[in-house]
Amino acid sequence: MKPRTFGRHIRESFKSLGRNGWMTFASASAVTVTLFLVGVFAIIMMNLGVLANNIEENVEIKLTVDPAANEEAVEQLTAEIKAIKEIGTIEHATKEEELNHLVSTYGDEFNLFKMSNPLGDAFYIRTTDPLDTPKVSKKLEKLNYVSDVVYGEGTVEKLFNVVQISRNVGLILIIGLLFTAMFLISNTIKLTINARGTEIEIMKLVGATNSFVRIPFVLEGIWLGILGAIIPMTVLSIAYHRLYAWLSPQLKNEILQLLSPSPFLFQLNGLLLLLGVLIGVWGSFMSVRKFLKV
Amino acid sequence: MIVMEDVYKKYSNGVVASNGINVEIPTGEFVYVVGPSGAGKSTFIKMMYCEERPTKGNVIIDGVNLSKLKKREIPLLRRKIGVVFQDFKLLPKLNVFENVAFALEVIEESPSQIRKKVNEVLQLVGLTAKARMFPHELSGGEQQRVSIARSIVNMPKVVIADEPTGNLDPETSWEIMNIFERINKRGTTIVMATHNKEIVNTIRHRVIAIEGGLITKDEYGGDYGYEA
Repeated sequence: MKPRTFGRHIRESFKSLGRNGWMTFASASAVTVTLFLVGVFAIIMMNLGVLANNIEENVEIKLTVDPAANEEAVEQLTAEIKAIKEIGTIEHATKEEELNHLVSTYGDEFNLFKMSNPLGDAFYIRTTDPLDTPKVSKKLEKLNYVSDVVYGEGTVEKLFNVVQISRNVGLILIIGLLFTAMFLISNTIKLTINARGTEIEIMKLVGATNSFVRIPFVLEGIWLGILGAIIPMTVLSIAYHRLYAWLSPQLKNEILQLLSPSPFLFQLNGLLLLLGVLIGVWGSFMSVRKFLKV
Repeated sequence: MIVMEDVYKKYSNGVVASNGINVEIPTGEFVYVVGPSGAGKSTFIKMMYCEERPTKGNVIIDGVNLSKLKKREIPLLRRKIGVVFQDFKLLPKLNVFENVAFALEVIEESPSQIRKKVNEVLQLVGLTAKARMFPHELSGGEQQRVSIARSIVNMPKVVIADEPTGNLDPETSWEIMNIFERINKRGTTIVMATHNKEIVNTIRHRVIAIEGGLITKDEYGGDYGYEA
């Protein structure tokens, strides 16, 4: 194709947007509404994802060593713990450190115990995959000189379940929404192109190749996608900035943290723009195909 | 030169529109194709520009066998043939100049050549003054003239017309026939399906009559031959 012809296709695609004013408006609105919904869901899902990660990363196993264990036994226990392959990090706290922690938490009365410390050493353990926590705890319980293994049994499993379900539900919703969007938009574009079936037929009858007919329509799809993405991109960016400015000071030190607008909003806007363009191209491509058989 | 050898065409609904057609049309000839409605005239015409393909047999135009033409080669064939339709088939959102120019744009002609050639044919069909008007602002006869201008702007060797005067009043029909005559005088082959008895009987040319998917008459300087 000559560059001049490509220039003609670009000019034609813009002219056609103007000539088919209402249909352009309808298609771009369909893109706007669906991308807006996709954007809102993406914001919720991405932030839920951060929350889920925070929750998971905060799950820790506390292993208390039998106070009767001597130094040698503790060393052997350390080696045995390290041998478990799911183990991520281990922090060792001696019984003196444990008592100091107790004193700093509950008050000086506990200084009394410094005479004869009843506590044992402790290990604070995190697994590489937080979901392995219950399994690893069971393994730890079986080791010698272990007096207690605690990780918030029951609560952690429930939390993991909630996180997992909310992730899956969100994913299904987003996929469902995308399919609905594609269906809705391709139908709108199909309507606009149906109205132009004769136009395509005539083009073919005077000797236009399929690509000559298709390229302006596909370009039109791209412009529609971009046009439709502008409003959701702008509105969601402004709204998220405001929400972040208002909410993040209140969430200081909480486990729920909002994603910082940069680079999150760039990624989100990029995603919306890409989706808009893809949906536009796909819609035009599929709809023109039907008429190219002349 | 157009050649049809043993051409059969059966549609998927069982209708046989061509039942063994053999015909030769030399370059530069003017041929009327006549016959009652549903006789197979339109199929005969449509097979010449590949809107329909024969079920069996060969359609050869200028040495190219259309029966063996690949799908992607069809546009190239259509650029060598001008087609004029009863319903004009103009692009409603393009003006007269743009409608005619479209046939040149698809072959990627340069803008200066497009301007030159379009102005020439618009002059030939007498529409220079209306070049910037849109189809809905024109009369039927004028729209048909735009359609003819578009069909000849590529300088095709063959112009195929499917009932070009079917939607026009008698006076306008004569004007259109005048234009076709002029195009034919330049050496272009013209194949025209028509129901217009008066035209066929007045401007005498070869007449091919089709009935029941068969050629029932093929006469040089013949008349319409039956009551439409």
